[in-house]
Amino acid sequence: MKNTPVQLHVITRIVAFIILAFSVFLFFAGHNNPGGGFIGGLMTAAALVLLYLSFDLKTIKRVIPFNYSKIIGAGLLIAILTGIVGMLFGFPFLTQFDEYYHIPLLGETHAASALPFDLGIYLVVVGFTLLVILTVAEDDS
Amino acid sequence: MNNLVILPILIPLLMGVILIFFKDSKSVQRTVSVISVGLMIAVSAYLTYMVYTEGIQTTELGDWPAPFGIVLVADLLSSSLVALSSLLALVCLFFAYQTFSAERERNYFHPFFLFLMVGVNGSFLTGDLFNLFVFFEVMLISSFILISMGSKQYQLRESLKYVIINTVSSMFFVAAIAYIYGVTGTLNMADLAVKIGELEQTGVISVIAVLFLFVFGTKSAIFPLYYWLPHSYFAPPAAIAALFGGLLTKVGVYTIMRTYTLIFPHDQTVFQILLIFGGLTMFIGVLGAVSQFDFKRILAVHIVSQVGYMIMGVGIFTPLAIAGTFYFLAHNIIVKSALFLFAGVAEKITGTSHLKQMSGLLKTHPYVGWLFLITALSLAGIPPLSGFFGKFALIIAGFDAGNYFVIAVSLATGVLTLFSMMKIFMTSFWGEVKMPDPQAKDKKVGSLLIPILPLVALTILLGVAAEPFMQFSLELAEQLMDPSEYINSVLNKE
Repeated sequence: MKNTPVQLHVITRIVAFIILAFSVFLFFAGHNNPGGGFIGGLMTAAALVLLYLSFDLKTIKRVIPFNYSKIIGAGLLIAILTGIVGMLFGFPFLTQFDEYYHIPLLGETHAASALPFDLGIYLVVVGFTLLVILTVAEDDS
Repeated sequence: MNNLVILPILIPLLMGVILIFFKDSKSVQRTVSVISVGLMIAVSAYLTYMVYTEGIQTTELGDWPAPFGIVLVADLLSSSLVALSSLLALVCLFFAYQTFSAERERNYFHPFFLFLMVGVNGSFLTGDLFNLFVFFEVMLISSFILISMGSKQYQLRESLKYVIINTVSSMFFVAAIAYIYGVTGTLNMADLAVKIGELEQTGVISVIAVLFLFVFGTKSAIFPLYYWLPHSYFAPPAAIAALFGGLLTKVGVYTIMRTYTLIFPHDQTVFQILLIFGGLTMFIGVLGAVSQFDFKRILAVHIVSQVGYMIMGVGIFTPLAIAGTFYFLAHNIIVKSALFLFAGVAEKITGTSHLKQMSGLLKTHPYVGWLFLITALSLAGIPPLSGFFGKFALIIAGFDAGNYFVIAVSLATGVLTLFSMMKIFMTSFWGEVKMPDPQAKDKKVGSLLIPILPLVALTILLGVAAEPFMQFSLELAEQLMDPSEYINSVLNKE
């Protein structure tokens, strides 16, 4: 490779991690504060797209060897199963439960069944965004 | 509260998601699809029985109380339509197994087939306008994928039109929902019925009602908005065309029945508009069918004409007319899909769907010919078959209400329908054996006919045993004409 964009590579390596960390923060902030699975997922996808853009498709494929359509499936499955759990106890579909626990170090922690549901959404958003972008990108080569 | 109501939506959704993981295994895909559609039939049949004996069943999703949360409501109309559409899905699935190439089945055909059923069943069961929009979108996006799968040039061109038109009408759908929310402050259908009943009949309500008519009219292909349908239903293979022809426009008709009996029953102008457009739709639709010379195209244009009858039934708006509309709707779902499947069989044998290029099918494949004749006569409304009784009820109801002109139009349409069906029978089934493919004579299609048999049997049964079915339709119509049971079961907690 003749023109390796050194600055871009260096900055991407740092920035991608900051974005990823912030997306995880946003994901957990959701439910009571602004944030949640959708925004967190979009931001993770943005970090990954940045990686794909500055390095090339093949390199990143070796580093992140996931099948994104399976990730969409996994996300949907988690979200649906969260809804079904309530049904097993005689509540309507998608009923949510929450409880406050005191965990050492973390302090008062809010445990909500909306969290696994959000995780499902997170996975669907990441998988979908990357699948669409990569399909369009691969079409060219 | 009854969790059974959500199962017809949940089963295909869960199974469809599971199938994403088994993309490459044909046998897993097939067994899981058949099992889930079979489960859907069992659940929806039981649900219909339950609604019939115990009254309307509801479930409040997420345990949020009714006007605020989303409710699913199963009354006689929605539960029986869910049962019918599940049955149809099974038939089309078995037909698809015998006609589809392995390539097509590998590309996520099964998950999207099941997601389409999620959308259809959800649209039937939901009791919330915005949720209805969401299920419409689920249904449409799956149908976009199913219709363009295969990527032939013609198919892509027609499916692009289909996508654009449906997206535009979805945009208007959201606008109409925003209007009605602005006026009433609620989107729960039962709550809307109460609130709009309390409001003075103002121009705004009429505008919203007409806007909804535009949206549902595009989906169900009524007169000025039907032009997309004949071409886009011609494009996909027979099994998918049968499912679309049998179900998708009928979902539009269902929403018209639901919204105009529940939310806008006070607006006389809208019913006048429905009558006029119903008449125009059936007549212009059948003229289109008479002028075509292609097996599948004739059937596709006929969908438009048949939708006209149903719109007319809603426009007449008496209990008998609504009962007739439902009877006709059920009959049409069965017969129209069966005819599309016959078109698929004929195409499989001869390799063409153009009427002028095939003839003499009756000599080489007599069973196909006679079974087709039964179904075609049923569509045209010849007595002992199901088509007759639906039209009969509609026409009597029209006479009682004094809508003579539209009745005359519908009778003329019936004659032309018979003519176009006979045109198919005479050109492609009668006459000398003449087919483009020289080996066509010896092709065995017995196994293709087996999935169609239940549909043919049902149309005969609906006709011969019309009495109990008509009784059921009348009860269903009573439930629709007097929405108080619906409203009470949604808004009052037990």
